[in-house]
Amino acid sequence: MVNKIWMSVVKEFLLLKRDLGGLIILFIMPLVLVITVTLIQDSTFKTISDNKIPILLVDNDNGSVSKTVFDNLEKSNLFSVVTQIDNKVITEEVAKEAVYKGKFQLAIIIPKNLSVDLQTKIDQNVQNIVSKMGLTETDSTAQTEKPKVIKEKEVKLYFDPAVQMSFKNAVMNSIDKMISQIETKSIYTTFQNQLGEGTVEFDQKSFITFKEIIPRINNKEVRPNSVQHNVPAWTLFAIFFIVIPLSINIVKEKSQGTFVRLLTNPVSNLVVIIGKTITYSAICMIQFYMMVAVAVFLFPHIGLPSLNIEGHLFLMSIVALFSGFAAIGFGILLGTVANTQEQSAPFGATSVLILAAVGGVWVPVFAMPTVMQYIAKSSPMNWGLEAFYDVLLRNVSFLEIIPKISLLFLFFIITTSIALFYDKKKRTV
Amino acid sequence: MYSLNDVSLEINEGQIFGLLGPNGAGKTTLISMLCGLIKPTSGHFTIDDLNYTNHSSKIKKIIGVVPQEYALYPTLTARENLHYFGSMYGLKGAYLKDKVVETLDLLGLLKFADKRIETFSGGMKRRVNLIAGILHNPKVLFLDEPTVGVDVQSKNAIIDYLKVLNQNGTTIIYTSHHLAEAEDFCTHIAILDRGRIYAQGTPSSLIDSTDEARNLEEVFISLTGKDFRDGQ
Repeated sequence: MVNKIWMSVVKEFLLLKRDLGGLIILFIMPLVLVITVTLIQDSTFKTISDNKIPILLVDNDNGSVSKTVFDNLEKSNLFSVVTQIDNKVITEEVAKEAVYKGKFQLAIIIPKNLSVDLQTKIDQNVQNIVSKMGLTETDSTAQTEKPKVIKEKEVKLYFDPAVQMSFKNAVMNSIDKMISQIETKSIYTTFQNQLGEGTVEFDQKSFITFKEIIPRINNKEVRPNSVQHNVPAWTLFAIFFIVIPLSINIVKEKSQGTFVRLLTNPVSNLVVIIGKTITYSAICMIQFYMMVAVAVFLFPHIGLPSLNIEGHLFLMSIVALFSGFAAIGFGILLGTVANTQEQSAPFGATSVLILAAVGGVWVPVFAMPTVMQYIAKSSPMNWGLEAFYDVLLRNVSFLEIIPKISLLFLFFIITTSIALFYDKKKRTV
Repeated sequence: MYSLNDVSLEINEGQIFGLLGPNGAGKTTLISMLCGLIKPTSGHFTIDDLNYTNHSSKIKKIIGVVPQEYALYPTLTARENLHYFGSMYGLKGAYLKDKVVETLDLLGLLKFADKRIETFSGGMKRRVNLIAGILHNPKVLFLDEPTVGVDVQSKNAIIDYLKVLNQNGTTIIYTSHHLAEAEDFCTHIAILDRGRIYAQGTPSSLIDSTDEARNLEEVFISLTGKDFRDGQ
């Protein structure tokens, strides 16, 4: 039996070695994928100057408020503010057209007289409060004079329809915060002026601040970055892509007749499956180490943070191995049930994408609707991803990942057993 | 409607037994059942007094199967294919290596041993396909159309080698559409059609028992008719 398994492993390696397309899918594509996705996603974490998003600012105010908005946007390091196109000052119409055509992602329209009207409104409110408190002398002429009616002002935002909701929300929140700060500052200043310059001075610094407490491991702060999140997720995605070449391999054996020959040989189907499992597990591990090596050694040379695997490699390897088992079980089942490569390849690719989406590779599970959160928790890719995060970001011990890797192994056993049962029921005596 | 119905056969040790019939007659179904690939809905059969229900593994050790399609890995060489399939019969080490070399040589393929199967002609593939089924010296050899689509030289090499195997004690059960080849090669023949056996016996007894038949082809036409069997 050992010799039969060994010869099966040798045969599988020889078949893979001579399948250039399969090798590209197995080794090159995952590397391209992990580099590309990490580079793209890293830009959302970064606030470096060459990553600034150009936005349009139409300043109909020309006052202190619009100047503060302009300065804050420039200082934010996220945006570069464009106020002219082709050396012409932008109007609302021009800005709207440019954004709706996708030339810019955002235009901010500051309304006319915003600074003056804001100040007037604040003056009125402060005057009202101060006088009610009896802090100023009563002026009979002022009491009879009707206060000027100030209409609410609207800062208009035009978004490129193609931008994502998350970007929209983030921009709207930061602009809202900026406007609130300007209003608050103006209120404080007006109070200060009303109460007498030099006598009262308000501390305008925020009293409540917030600070993120970063977890410490071995007295070092473990600050998650795009690489720590992306490499495990996309490595797992690549490991699961083994479903495609493995299922094609099984379908080919059926169509070539070699599977029929094996059924007539004194060899159990289990031996064939063990041979494939050993081979493809080895491939999963090679894939995994290649991706880790790229993340550790290549990423710093292409402007990405290096993957920090210090003290985690052993447990990460265990998670990768068990994730590989789950993927192999799924591949064996798919290859057994499918009759043609036309069935197995598209189904395999689509199902891996669905598993990745459900498992939280793209959108975190906590951000999913409640029903999807339950579904996500039954996805093997989610078990693998959570186990990777446990090891890499939460610094857990081996004992703590046992439930997740057990689920992955159980998935392998169940899918492989179904495949064996299905095949036995369908084909053999 | 069954692929096979009321089929009763007894094949004795040392025979070369030909299963002949038009397309869709049930030849491949019958041979697939005998090889353990398809389970019959009713009835039973034994090989060397063993049945598949209880002795599947024992039977698989004493039978050899040469399927109709080239059941080989196209990207592996002839030697790699044969080492793999030989090892699945429990052969290993120097014995397996020598056996592969010996049979490749006997069938004129030794100089192509390290070429990939995908580069072989149909005749060469058929010969390797045959070797993969006989490396373990089976007591009973099943061949499903082993000479279909090959040149005359390859056909002769295959038939000659099968005769040698038979002389060395291997019982051969084979299906074919080549009636002249079957008449020359087989010691016994059964003619199947529509899942039933219409006649069985030695080639000469079948010819003698059919009016005005001069050869097996005329016996065949007489029993199965001249109608096409397309789509049946």
